[in-house]
Amino acid sequence: MEWLFKFPQLDADFLLTIKRATDGSLRSITRLYGDTIENFFYPLQQVLIFFEDIITGSPWPLVIVVLAGVAWFAARRWSVVAAVVGTLIAIGLLGLWQDAMKTISLVFTATVFSIALGMPLGIFMNRFQRVGAVIETVLDVMQTMPPFVYLIPVVMLLGIGRVPGFIAVVIYAVPPIIRLTDLGIRLVDKEVLEAADAYGCSRGQKLWKVQMPLAMPTIMAGVNQTIMMALGMVVIASMIGVQGLGLNVLQAIANQYFTQGIFNGFAIVGIAIIFDRTSQAYGRRLQMRQATRA
Amino acid sequence: MINGQASIEIRDLYKIFGRSPEQHVGRVRSGLSKAELGKVHGHILGLNNINISMPAGKIQVIMGLSGSGKSTLIRHINRLIEPTFGSIMIDGRNILEMSELELREFRRNKTAMVFQRFALLPHRTVLDNVIFGLEVRGIDKARSRAIGMRWIERVGLVGFEKRYPEELSGGMQQRVGLARALSNDASILLMDEAYSALDPLIRTDMQTMLLELQAELKKTVVFITHDLDEALRLGDQIVILRDGSIIQQGHSQDILLNPADDYIERFVKDVNRARFLKVDAVMEPIPPSVNRSLPTLMSGSTLETAAVELTNSPSYEATVVDSAGKPLGAVSLRKITAAMSSAIAKHEAMKRDVAIDAVDACDR
Ligand SMILES: Nc1ncnc2c1ncn2[C@@H]1O[C@H](COP(=O)(O)OP(=O)(O)OP(=O)(O)O)[C@@H](O)[C@H]1O
Ligand SMILES: [Mg+2]
Repeated sequence: MEWLFKFPQLDADFLLTIKRATDGSLRSITRLYGDTIENFFYPLQQVLIFFEDIITGSPWPLVIVVLAGVAWFAARRWSVVAAVVGTLIAIGLLGLWQDAMKTISLVFTATVFSIALGMPLGIFMNRFQRVGAVIETVLDVMQTMPPFVYLIPVVMLLGIGRVPGFIAVVIYAVPPIIRLTDLGIRLVDKEVLEAADAYGCSRGQKLWKVQMPLAMPTIMAGVNQTIMMALGMVVIASMIGVQGLGLNVLQAIANQYFTQGIFNGFAIVGIAIIFDRTSQAYGRRLQMRQATRA
Repeated sequence: MINGQASIEIRDLYKIFGRSPEQHVGRVRSGLSKAELGKVHGHILGLNNINISMPAGKIQVIMGLSGSGKSTLIRHINRLIEPTFGSIMIDGRNILEMSELELREFRRNKTAMVFQRFALLPHRTVLDNVIFGLEVRGIDKARSRAIGMRWIERVGLVGFEKRYPEELSGGMQQRVGLARALSNDASILLMDEAYSALDPLIRTDMQTMLLELQAELKKTVVFITHDLDEALRLGDQIVILRDGSIIQQGHSQDILLNPADDYIERFVKDVNRARFLKVDAVMEPIPPSVNRSLPTLMSGSTLETAAVELTNSPSYEATVVDSAGKPLGAVSLRKITAAMSSAIAKHEAMKRDVAIDAVDACDR
């Protein structure tokens, strides 16, 4: 009866061989191409440092004014601007300004990269429906996989530091923008598409003059989700060398500093609110223009 | 301003919707019915043996109830839908043989379309919507804006060019749709139930505007409607579709006077014939003993006007003349009233039949 309680697993030696072989080849790739990979990502590292230097090196009043300006441009509502300014001041008062700036810089660059990567992929997915189905499955897996698992190959290939952390964040945050770009294009009114065809649009004209603008509100919803996921990944990414609020939280966990954990946690929530309100209000404004076609 | 004129010749056109339309087109051509194709073979017969010649510079109306294949038919003219079989000649050129690139050029330059639900771009202003076709063709901004503004003025939307579609009423949105189509300066104007979403008064205005524009522009207009009044008001020629087949086509006057079957008769019976029938349709050759003193009626005047004029004149007869004053034929008040009332008579007779049937049914 013993076999009923012990699952007939694959031969232990066999499993071990697989694990060893895979890990071994990953390691040898790192050994062989480590420098190449690092050189490849060197420009990315410079970009990350550049943004971080800008935002951490600027005088704080300027940062507040700029972020408030962005909020006003996106939302055109004083309540949103007030929320942004209030949150930033609170973060500063708690002594978390520098760390918060690092986190904002990371989330900002990760979002920009996710958009640059995700929108073309979403368009591609929409254009080639069959490949799209495969991408869809990959995205499902990516979104369900515990994020810690991503860290392992990234760390094996790139070690610990700013770049691997950034890559892990982008991998984790990119799926919504891909999905919602595809969805947004699919939701474009059929009659409007017919009009585009009837007036002789080429495929590119149709995409850029009709489909993308009309998909924008949906894509903005994707951007919003991407930002939120990037922020959510901040703590996890700090495990592999990303600095900022996440690292403080990690330290707080390790040392059982409850208050530090709470403060930094709230700072992250505050930044989330800033990004969320701003991007959502922008999406809503886009949507309002298009309310006619229900 | 007029970019030539185009005649449209549709020959033996069939459209079958489904997985493998080609397999079934043979059977349909040898008489398989829509119902059978649907039930036995799981395909939908969209269009069945369509033959229409649309002369250049005229308004061709296509009529039929919902699902009769009107939209399918009009979308063949710019090949938004590919036919299963048949040919479509425009200006002597078979558009089905065009490559993708040629087709795009053809759509850009020869056709323009107006849609039932307007199909405007919500993120663009009225002006930017109007110049959409020009922009797609790559015409420079300044010139297309000038053209766009001219048409915005022509359809009565001056002052609204910076607004967005959502800020306009349905009627105004469709004016934008019309201006967009006209800016394209195409010889063929395709209008798929362009006015069906508008309420009756605005609809009449838009019909009037189309007729005025058409008098000046002489485009080949294909106008779809399921409203007979609209069809009669606009159409030089009318095609009536049912279940993807043409059941009658011809001059609107003919269709009013001689409906081909019960289906059309039902369409026709509620129409105010006096308002749509023209004296030309009921006039007779001028008798040899011409009475010079007879009152004259303009060719193209309706029976309604003719009856009023004759009732107020001492004579019961009149000569129909064209705009140059040349006599074309003769009509009498008796003839006019007869034509006006024949449908009423038929209608009454039918009602009586129904009543008798009902009585019979009760007796049984
Ligand atoms: N893409 C399609 N696939 C399958 N069947 C279709 C398709 N398009 C149209 N049909 C069918 O073809 C027939 C004619 O449709 P069509 O839209 O041309 O009708 P219509 O006369 O324009 O009707 P309406 O007045 O409702 O607009 C209908 O039975 C419809 O179900
Ligand atoms: Mg239709």
